[in-house]
Amino acid sequence: MMKISLQNNAVVMLIFSAVVLTAPLWLAPIGADYPDLLQKFAIFGIFAIGFNILFGLTGYLSFGHAAFLGIGSYTAVWSFKLFTMNVLPAVILGTIMAGVFALAIGYISLRRSGIYFSILTLAFAQMSYSLAYSVLTPITNGETGLQLTMNDARVIDSLFGVEAEAGLPSTNLFGQVMSGYSGFYFCAVILIIGFYVSLKIFRSPFGLKLTAIKSNQTRMKYTGFNTRPYLLSAFVISGMYAGLAGALMSITDPLAGAERMQWTASGEVVLMTILGGVGTLIGPLLGVGIIKYFENIFSAMNPSALHEIFNFLPLWLENIVVGITRHFVGDGWHLTLGAMFMLVVIFLPGGVMEGITKLFNYIKKKLGLNRVDSEDHVSEGGDRK
Amino acid sequence: MSYILNIEGVNKTFGGLHALTDIQLKIEKGTTHAIIGPNGAGKSTLLNCCIGRLIPDSGTVNFNGHNMIGMQPHDINHAGMVRVFQTPEIFPELTLLQNVIIPALAKRDGTFKFNPFRSLAKETELEDQAMAALADVGLEKYYDQHAGSISRGDKRRLELAMGLIQQPSLLLLDEPTAGMARHDTNKTIDLLKKIKERGMTKVIIEHDMHVVFSLADKISVLAQGCIIATGTPDEIRNSAKVKEAYLGESEDE
Amino acid sequence: MDAILIQILNGLDKGGAYALIALGLTLTFGTLGVVNFAHGALFMLGAFCAVSVQQLLTLSKSVKDESITFFDAYKDQPYLEIWWGDTGTAIIDYAVPISILFAIPIMLLIGVAMERGLIKHFYKRSHAEQILVTFGFAIVVQEIIKAFYGANPIPTPAPDIVSGSAAIGAMLGLSESLVYPWWRLIYLLFAGVVIFAVFAFLKYTTFGMVVRAGMADRETVSLLGINVERRFTIVFGIATVVAGLAGVMYAPILPPDYHMGMDFLVLSFVVVVVGGMGSLGGAVAAGFLLGILQSFASMNEIKSIFPGIDQIIIYLVAVVILLVRPRGLMGREGVMED
Repeated sequence: MMKISLQNNAVVMLIFSAVVLTAPLWLAPIGADYPDLLQKFAIFGIFAIGFNILFGLTGYLSFGHAAFLGIGSYTAVWSFKLFTMNVLPAVILGTIMAGVFALAIGYISLRRSGIYFSILTLAFAQMSYSLAYSVLTPITNGETGLQLTMNDARVIDSLFGVEAEAGLPSTNLFGQVMSGYSGFYFCAVILIIGFYVSLKIFRSPFGLKLTAIKSNQTRMKYTGFNTRPYLLSAFVISGMYAGLAGALMSITDPLAGAERMQWTASGEVVLMTILGGVGTLIGPLLGVGIIKYFENIFSAMNPSALHEIFNFLPLWLENIVVGITRHFVGDGWHLTLGAMFMLVVIFLPGGVMEGITKLFNYIKKKLGLNRVDSEDHVSEGGDRK
Repeated sequence: MSYILNIEGVNKTFGGLHALTDIQLKIEKGTTHAIIGPNGAGKSTLLNCCIGRLIPDSGTVNFNGHNMIGMQPHDINHAGMVRVFQTPEIFPELTLLQNVIIPALAKRDGTFKFNPFRSLAKETELEDQAMAALADVGLEKYYDQHAGSISRGDKRRLELAMGLIQQPSLLLLDEPTAGMARHDTNKTIDLLKKIKERGMTKVIIEHDMHVVFSLADKISVLAQGCIIATGTPDEIRNSAKVKEAYLGESEDE
Repeated sequence: MDAILIQILNGLDKGGAYALIALGLTLTFGTLGVVNFAHGALFMLGAFCAVSVQQLLTLSKSVKDESITFFDAYKDQPYLEIWWGDTGTAIIDYAVPISILFAIPIMLLIGVAMERGLIKHFYKRSHAEQILVTFGFAIVVQEIIKAFYGANPIPTPAPDIVSGSAAIGAMLGLSESLVYPWWRLIYLLFAGVVIFAVFAFLKYTTFGMVVRAGMADRETVSLLGINVERRFTIVFGIATVVAGLAGVMYAPILPPDYHMGMDFLVLSFVVVVVGGMGSLGGAVAAGFLLGILQSFASMNEIKSIFPGIDQIIIYLVAVVILLVRPRGLMGREGVMED
């Protein structure tokens, strides 16, 4: 069983990196190749990968991960304001800060399990959100959101004599401005690193133990494991991923608002992970891709665009169809999202990955009847998807 | 002192019900000690008190000279007392091989080890150990199947393999052959005899007298939360008190 | 003293809403074993029952405004007024109380349909999946309401006669300045009546006894050969009606908008957890307790000592309770524990 090539991390990483870095090319035909969307794919991809390390491996459903996203965002903007417009310190500080908060929140929340754990994380996230809006305004700038100003200190930048330009400075990586495609490639590289770490965790004894905790925590205790530190490690790691994603959001757009911490944002990452396939390596990324892509397409549509699409129908039918579908696009995108959410949980609890596996097993069975020796090849192709 | 486990004055009540009353039990190193008794006599409760699942109201459980009461289950495990459960407590979503690798990892890594960058694929030594343990109980053929999908009897044997791979100094077996066919029961007896030769101390709770008398060096009889007799199999077989409380009834039937 | 009393009163009406929502939530938990994240949406639907009734009653036609004589002016006049004159105006005024009559059958229907169509299939699934599917359902309901009623809050006033404030202070022989809006007082009474009705129903009917037995030990009850399925449906229906009624009556206090349910849901969950999962009395007690605590926390005196405490008090209490008393104030062993 160790011989299948996809068990080899190098092969996986090679394929993964190639797919991610060439995304602008192969996403072009479906109109998803512009930097804004690409950056979103990568950033939410990191968020979902991290969330999957907690939920997918240990089964602990956190409803408060958006808090860490927000903390990462705020920290990154502060790093821009206080130190430098270079993105590296922002990324590192954002991740660490989220890790610190995750350690504190996780330490308390993990004293309970199941639904109680979910409620505790939810409570902490809502507290962070409320505080960010109200009392912490000096740090978060409340409703307006934290943003760059002309008279920020930027100690390190001024130390190195970076010339103040007219207007607000932009985020950069040693001079390379982090917007557009360069912003995407920066996020993409971090996504690849994040994926590699997640791959290592999934295929480590540590990861196996986490899966075993999900399967039967009581037994783990009698088998000689202290499960709490394992859960806490997973929680902190996934919190750091969220912080990293939050920092990247600030890098591509240096404005951090409290709404990033709201529990609906936590719900979104849960949805993405579930939709793709919780506990699988690639699943959460698929979920992110699907949701962010359709969000982009659907929320930009309006009735007149729908009329164009359904132009081929007879006029009366066209009007009926548009009359119904118009509620699912534009502002109604959330309706589509909710419906999708329900359909997936009802019919495909394993997410898209389960669907792919089922489909692929079906094909394999069909082909297996004719050619037994082709099995290995098929299995590789299927997994890669 | 050659006693590996020394239970003294253990009491446990649930509500008003006395589940265990003043239990005194000494287990000698290297022996196989069977605890028998009718249903509801408190056998499983006694084991639960040993491994930290229940905390007795009073009394001490001395294992290798240390009192285990109040200790965390995982620490008791690492002290060398391991329980094999009656209702299979396995990891149903994992493969058989993984099910056995987990306790092996516990043995090697301790209660907590943060090694997310170690590759599982390179743990060949553990894998070999786990395969050997599966082979011991005759499950090596199914190593890559999910543990949830195998039969109940096979789950019991998997449990046994999970306990054995940790090479505990004291193994607590809770009805290891319950639900097994005669043929499998005999195989399990042979296996347990084999590990006895390795010098592992065992406490067995069992209903099947065939199993008890073919394995045990010593037998304690538990009835209504009290130990009414302890002795060699012959002594127990001939004890009038025991016959009355337990064996006698079953002979009448 | 007055300040304390007024804070308690202020807390009670919000607490009443929490208690009513939490009551339904915990009923669903305890008997059906289902974590219903759409319960807040049901509360919101109730509020929109009031909105719909009000809009139905005020369906208008454009008529010439006689009061303006300089030029031809038109105004919208409700049909009811045109047909029945002052009686019509009075009916419109009482839109909210009237909508209670409509809300009961409508919410019952929604509840039964939801249980039969969706919830039923999730009894055996994990809590995480229950949370997710009901969360999705809540989004769908919300968006549908938004499509019909728009995103803005819709004012739904209480009848004129109770739109003022009660001079509670004068009544009780305390300060004259102690006043309390009539409608909030009515809400409080209403919440008390509904809670009492639910408790009486569970306590004194055979049906209720079976339900309570089911909450204590679900397996045994189903082993007794009792048709648990049908009872589940009814229990869910009751929970839905209670949430809906809480919403109807809350409409004059908080103009309904499509996401009001979500805001209340999160808080109600906290209430249920604080009260103890599956404990009806706990849910009610915790609902009022948290409502009052929240009201106290929003006093300026308190806020000046602990800035922002009003925003987080409920969550803070929940965290402390969960850590100190994992089963909540009145929770029983074994409910929703894994």
